[in-house]
Amino acid sequence: MPEKPDRSAIEIRNVSKIFGSGDDQVKALDNVSVDIRENEFFTLLGPSGCGKTTLLRLIAGFDFPTEGEIRLHGEDIAPLPPFKRPVNTVFQNYALFPHMTVAQNIAFGLEMLGRPKQEIEARVAAMLKLVKMEQLRNRKTSQISGGQQQRVALARALAPQPKVLLLDEPLSALDYKLRKEMQIELKRLQGETGITFIFVTHDQEEALTMSDRIAVMSAGRILQVGSPWEIYDHPAERFVADFIGETNFLTGTVKEAGNGRARLLLGSGAEIAASAASDFKPNAEATLMVRPEHAKLVKGKGDLGGTVQNIVYFGTDTHIHVRLDGGEMFIVRQQNARSAGCGFEEGEKVGVSIGDDAAQVLRD
Amino acid sequence: MSSASEVADAAERKDVRGRWLLSLPALLIIGIASVFPLLIVLVYSFLKPGSYGDVVWQFSPDAWVGVLFQRDIFDGTLSIADAHLSIFWRSVRLSLMTTVLALILGFPTAYFIATRPERTRAIWLFLITIPFWTNLLIRTFAIQEVIRNEGVVNGLLMKLGVISSPIQMMFTDFAIMIGMVYVYFPLMVLPLYASMEKLDFRLVEAGYDLYATRLKVLWRIIIPMVKPGIIAGSILVFIPSLGAYVTPRVLGGGRNLMLGNLIELQFGQGRNWPLGAALSITLLVIVMAALLIYVRKASNGGAHHG
Ligand SMILES: Nc1ncnc2c1ncn2[C@@H]1O[C@H](COP(=O)(O)OP(=O)(O)OP(=O)(O)O)[C@@H](O)[C@H]1O
Ligand SMILES: [Mg+2]
Repeated sequence: MPEKPDRSAIEIRNVSKIFGSGDDQVKALDNVSVDIRENEFFTLLGPSGCGKTTLLRLIAGFDFPTEGEIRLHGEDIAPLPPFKRPVNTVFQNYALFPHMTVAQNIAFGLEMLGRPKQEIEARVAAMLKLVKMEQLRNRKTSQISGGQQQRVALARALAPQPKVLLLDEPLSALDYKLRKEMQIELKRLQGETGITFIFVTHDQEEALTMSDRIAVMSAGRILQVGSPWEIYDHPAERFVADFIGETNFLTGTVKEAGNGRARLLLGSGAEIAASAASDFKPNAEATLMVRPEHAKLVKGKGDLGGTVQNIVYFGTDTHIHVRLDGGEMFIVRQQNARSAGCGFEEGEKVGVSIGDDAAQVLRD
Repeated sequence: MSSASEVADAAERKDVRGRWLLSLPALLIIGIASVFPLLIVLVYSFLKPGSYGDVVWQFSPDAWVGVLFQRDIFDGTLSIADAHLSIFWRSVRLSLMTTVLALILGFPTAYFIATRPERTRAIWLFLITIPFWTNLLIRTFAIQEVIRNEGVVNGLLMKLGVISSPIQMMFTDFAIMIGMVYVYFPLMVLPLYASMEKLDFRLVEAGYDLYATRLKVLWRIIIPMVKPGIIAGSILVFIPSLGAYVTPRVLGGGRNLMLGNLIELQFGQGRNWPLGAALSITLLVIVMAALLIYVRKASNGGAHHG
């Protein structure tokens, strides 16, 4: 358990990273600042190429920031070479040593730290057990499956008990069941060991279920940092809302704004007031976002009018696709009850009711 | 069931026959260009020398005795041929030293090239192979120009006042070794580079990540993984060094003979072709033995270490 739960493990200050020079210059990170707390399960979430791996490589010390500073427990780590940083990495491509066995791979870090033989053996055995690889301990790593390699990579990085563990999509090659098991196992490990986890994933569901906090990244920038709940329910930008979960977007112009709220005039002529993610000036273009499960379908008039176009049954719930009077598509998700239909039919005229706290106004 | 397996058997037999036919040209070339000449050498080594070179077609083990022993001119007793043994020993020792020195210099060179951006690698490789485009004799005389008493190195050192009289480098084992390292350097660098180019440098990063210092990464990760290149390069340098002829002749003068010169002597002034043939086969056997020991050791060491 952490002694001071809110102390920063890693502070990233105005970090930029530029690859190449001249015309084929790539800005992989653009003025990124974020604090990662001790014993936190921190997730970097974002589409391919947004700079997640680059950020991990800067923390691990394989690359250096073009600008900015990274502090580990309050100290600038720029002068530390990677092998002096109390940070271990589970690489996106595993990077297991092909000329060593599974057990030798896991023992490598401990050997380099000069730990006594018995301790190394005990830790290797414990790690093998943890990732369920006891049977394959003497296999060469080139002779095991992708998922098994991933588990060895995890065990190898955990074995030296680093202060910070960087995990670059460590579960992507596992099948669904093993993946769920490893998610729970990772979360448990993180809680027990007090190691700060920085976890990279494409998978928004994985990010939401595992993280203490999530940073959503896009094109080298961090758009928002917050708890899964904040990210999902109070996205700061349209990109964040779009990337995480399913969302309905309706565009409109701001009629009035203030006190963290804004009133939006939609294309169809309807007016809706909702909380605002940022400050708006009247007449500015803005987007209204409504999660499908936060809207309700009603018989007769709601906040928006439309026609049911499609009903899709998912078992746990039903998605009802509504063509709004303004022409946009709008999805409403209803929880299913046993032996009852959704109560609507295709072609039916309906109203969409958006509760006071169900929507949010976002910058475009 | 049985008919199916018969068909499979027949197909396999046909397959084997086909493979033999396909490899026939290669076998013929190997036979004519390699086995046949070796047989001639072997046969010659069991004949008597003619007085003006050539051989007399009469069986005699004398040449083989002569490899290791010398017969006293007066009483005909045998004693160990010290001169031959010391030449064997010098050849092996010089070739080993050449191989080690070429490896020590070639490893960082190959690593340097392999870590350059892809565009510039070709240029570096080209520079490494340039000496290959020049005649061996000319290259060797160039070295002579550098290390002889009035040469570049001595001249420079004397001008700087580091030494007052020239250092004798020509006609020493040192000169032969320097010459051979220079001549065979590309043969070390190229296979090393080939295996380093395939090296996954992310594994090097993984090593650093797991607290390995630069030296440990070199020792535990890079060297085991480029071992095939180290083996190939060492073999490619060791073998021609052992049989080198021009370099020891020019840089070692007449006094510092190596196996190649000894063999040449028998076919030239010595007029003892059978002895030359026996020495050639001895050289072949030494090379084979060295290869076998080295490859065995290297692969065992890898398995043990890894
Ligand atoms: N060594 C490099 N040289 C040039 N450009 C690079 C280099 N490494 C990364 N980039 C570029 O920087 C950007 C960010 O790359 P990065 O690997 O951090 O993405 P990522 O978020 O990890 O993506 P993915 O989810 O696909 O792994 C990309 O546009 C990539 O092409
Ligand atoms: Mg990546």
